[in-house]
Amino acid sequence: MTNSPADGRNYLNADYRFRSWLLSTDHKRIAVLFMISVTMFFFVGGAAAVLFRLELMSPRGDLVIAETFNKLFTLHGVVMIFFFLIPSIPAVLGNFLLPMMIGARDLAFPRLNLASWYIFMTGGVLAVGAIVIGGADTGWTFYTPYSSTYSNTNVVVMALGAFVAGFSSILTGLNFIVTIHTMRAPGLTWFRLPLFVWAHYATSLIMVLGTPVVAITLLLVALERGLGIGIFDPKLGGDPILFQHMFWFYSHPAVYIMVLPSMGVVSEIVTCFSRNRVFGYRFIAYSSLAIAVLGFLVWGHHMFVSGQSIYAGMIFSFLSMFVAVPSAVKVFNWTATLYKGSVSLETPMLYALGFIGLFTLGGLTGLFLATTAVDVHVHDTYFVVAHFHYIMVGGAVMGYLGGVHFWWPKITGRMYPEWWGRLSAGIIFIGFNLTFFPQFILGYLGMPRRVHEYVDEFQVLNVMSSAGASILGVGYLIPLAYLIWSLRYGAKAGDNPWGAQGLEWTTQSPPTTFNFPETPVVEREAYAYDVDPATGHAAGSA
Amino acid sequence: MDHEFRILPDQASSVASQVDSLYFFLLGVTAFFTVAIFLAIVFLAIYYRRSANRHSAQSHSGKTWLLEVTWIVIPLGLTMVMFVWGAKLYLEMQTPPDDAIELQVVGKQWMWKIQHPQGRSEINELHIPVGRPVRLRMISEDVIHSFFIPAFRVKMDVLPERYTTLWFEATEPGEYYLFCAEYCGTDHAKMSGRVYAMPPADYAAWLAGTTTEPPQAAGAKLFTRFRCHTCHHEGPDARCPSLQGVFGTIVALADGRTAQVDEAYLRESIVDPLAKTAAGYQPVMPTYAGQLNEQQLFQLIEYIKSLSPSGATNDPS
Repeated sequence: MTNSPADGRNYLNADYRFRSWLLSTDHKRIAVLFMISVTMFFFVGGAAAVLFRLELMSPRGDLVIAETFNKLFTLHGVVMIFFFLIPSIPAVLGNFLLPMMIGARDLAFPRLNLASWYIFMTGGVLAVGAIVIGGADTGWTFYTPYSSTYSNTNVVVMALGAFVAGFSSILTGLNFIVTIHTMRAPGLTWFRLPLFVWAHYATSLIMVLGTPVVAITLLLVALERGLGIGIFDPKLGGDPILFQHMFWFYSHPAVYIMVLPSMGVVSEIVTCFSRNRVFGYRFIAYSSLAIAVLGFLVWGHHMFVSGQSIYAGMIFSFLSMFVAVPSAVKVFNWTATLYKGSVSLETPMLYALGFIGLFTLGGLTGLFLATTAVDVHVHDTYFVVAHFHYIMVGGAVMGYLGGVHFWWPKITGRMYPEWWGRLSAGIIFIGFNLTFFPQFILGYLGMPRRVHEYVDEFQVLNVMSSAGASILGVGYLIPLAYLIWSLRYGAKAGDNPWGAQGLEWTTQSPPTTFNFPETPVVEREAYAYDVDPATGHAAGSA
Repeated sequence: MDHEFRILPDQASSVASQVDSLYFFLLGVTAFFTVAIFLAIVFLAIYYRRSANRHSAQSHSGKTWLLEVTWIVIPLGLTMVMFVWGAKLYLEMQTPPDDAIELQVVGKQWMWKIQHPQGRSEINELHIPVGRPVRLRMISEDVIHSFFIPAFRVKMDVLPERYTTLWFEATEPGEYYLFCAEYCGTDHAKMSGRVYAMPPADYAAWLAGTTTEPPQAAGAKLFTRFRCHTCHHEGPDARCPSLQGVFGTIVALADGRTAQVDEAYLRESIVDPLAKTAAGYQPVMPTYAGQLNEQQLFQLIEYIKSLSPSGATNDPS
């Protein structure tokens, strides 16, 4: 089953000139550009985390001064959220795979896709520039009136970075929606789409509908700060609670921008390494849409003690509970997909199963925060920090790494070293839990987040967390090393090393510039692992 | 506040054990599902591991919708229990009893200033009696802060230009942490202090150990100093309404609306007098924003409250 053209051309060696990368409109090359960019941002954000975890080894502020500490956690939050988590899976894996999964030659708007990368990098340069000229200390949440009036740091430049990067996200989402609607191969009906595509469709809806609101909000903060126009600062006639409503209207759905694509990745990996049809295809597909829609109705659960009406608080609590249902549906369906499968545990599968476990704990601890009376106590403590890291790192980053390993052979044509892959997946899982599990306990004990110093009795748990962070750091450096190594020394992958279903595996690795020699025709549902591809009949294990 | 390793904070308020009960319920649900999913994954991954005679799967045949409905209904039911239980307790935690002692709290970068009705004030410390509900009326002089006492399981944001309230009833005498939970700038971490919950007799003794004047007396002096009485007096030539007995009433406004005279209304009338002018009077009052700090505003409001019978409910006897 090989489609390699005789001349051995692929998208990587089609043209070696530098400008052929920087001006490429090939979705695969743009995906590679994004991969390099977000990896750099990931290690910048990670370095900040290492520094402040070192500071938190002791209760006194003795490694860095308070200003530096505040700038470090702001940098960590802004870079990780706006420049790693939000673009990671959509702009890298989504960009690379979405056209291939639907049998298309490219996205609907290839030049817009390239523009997305340039806009993203402009935002990144602004954010990094804000750090270079002294940093900002507002936290990634930019709460007013601190950000708009009181902070003496480079808030406007930092906010502008996030503002600009938002447009990249909007354009990527727009591109995906149009592509999925208009460019599916013959026979590829909506319910034959891989769940990865459904997840990206739901994500794109949030990107297009939510991101403009945060862009407006950040712009208003900049206007208030620069021109003294009273929007959020009550001393200028504004309302700081209004900022929180507008900010969370985007930033809660943004959590689903980060985790929904990961869920799409997990659906692909779990089916492939179980050699099984996905359990409850339509339930998983619709649950992605349900999460995207519900995500827009729950922002007020960040504000139970903000001064918003207590009855509004109760309504937001009630609505937040419903998010648990589609989330639980996904977890149960993935687990059931293993049933009567033929399960093998290569690196991508380890990450996918890790995702399911950590997302389960992350999701369930979200219920503590949706429950008003308990949230009053744990709001703005380390409990919240632990919860969202279980979702964003345990969920989104695990999914991203699983996806990178799964599709690495397709992207590069080379295999990564399996032993090292499994080892680092294990190290990351252990390091992650050691870092963040103690933070749940710290939060319930009452340790507030974003503190440079803390009372002595919190030290043991903080030392555990910092120790875990160093293990986690090592766990992230190992894949960086062996993946780069594999580009030259990895075994040749072949078209379909995993025996996976899905159109992207029917073409050569790495693919040619236009993906398929001729437009494929789809005759089956996704994940037909029980169907013999040669005969089209059910094979089964019997 | 000993330093031994622990996983739960002290339970020192009337709601603490109720919050913890709900927390344990949530923990139970979390532990059950996390362990169940973990065991299911491990079991299925081993039992159905790939081997020579198991290289391709059987399809999921038969009706699966019953299973899907089951695992939709069970999480929905459990979360509704969480919602109702949480909302009932939340309502109780947000509704102060009428007989609460009222203290005033000003948050500013980076300290807490607390004023007791009898006059004693303190910084980054809060002395309170056990067994009596205490209500805090709070405001910030600058950015948003959040008043957080972990041992009491209570927290409320403290906003600029707007009063928020928080109440609790301490049940165990002792010393507890007080934190600022909302990031408020450079020394956010230092904006913490201690709560001293004391038996009522000790609290009374602590209150007596001071010569500071009560806030309404300080407010009366401010009332004279800022010459409020030249306009706000009783008599036919008064340019502004008399403040005798005004607190707790509903007044008619010049634009036809009405306003409930509470602390928020009084504060607004001092810092932004033209926002709600009383009916029958000209909008002649200048703003006092910037001339009075939040503590002085508290004192003036306490003085105005003391002119009304309903405003005297917090009288320290």
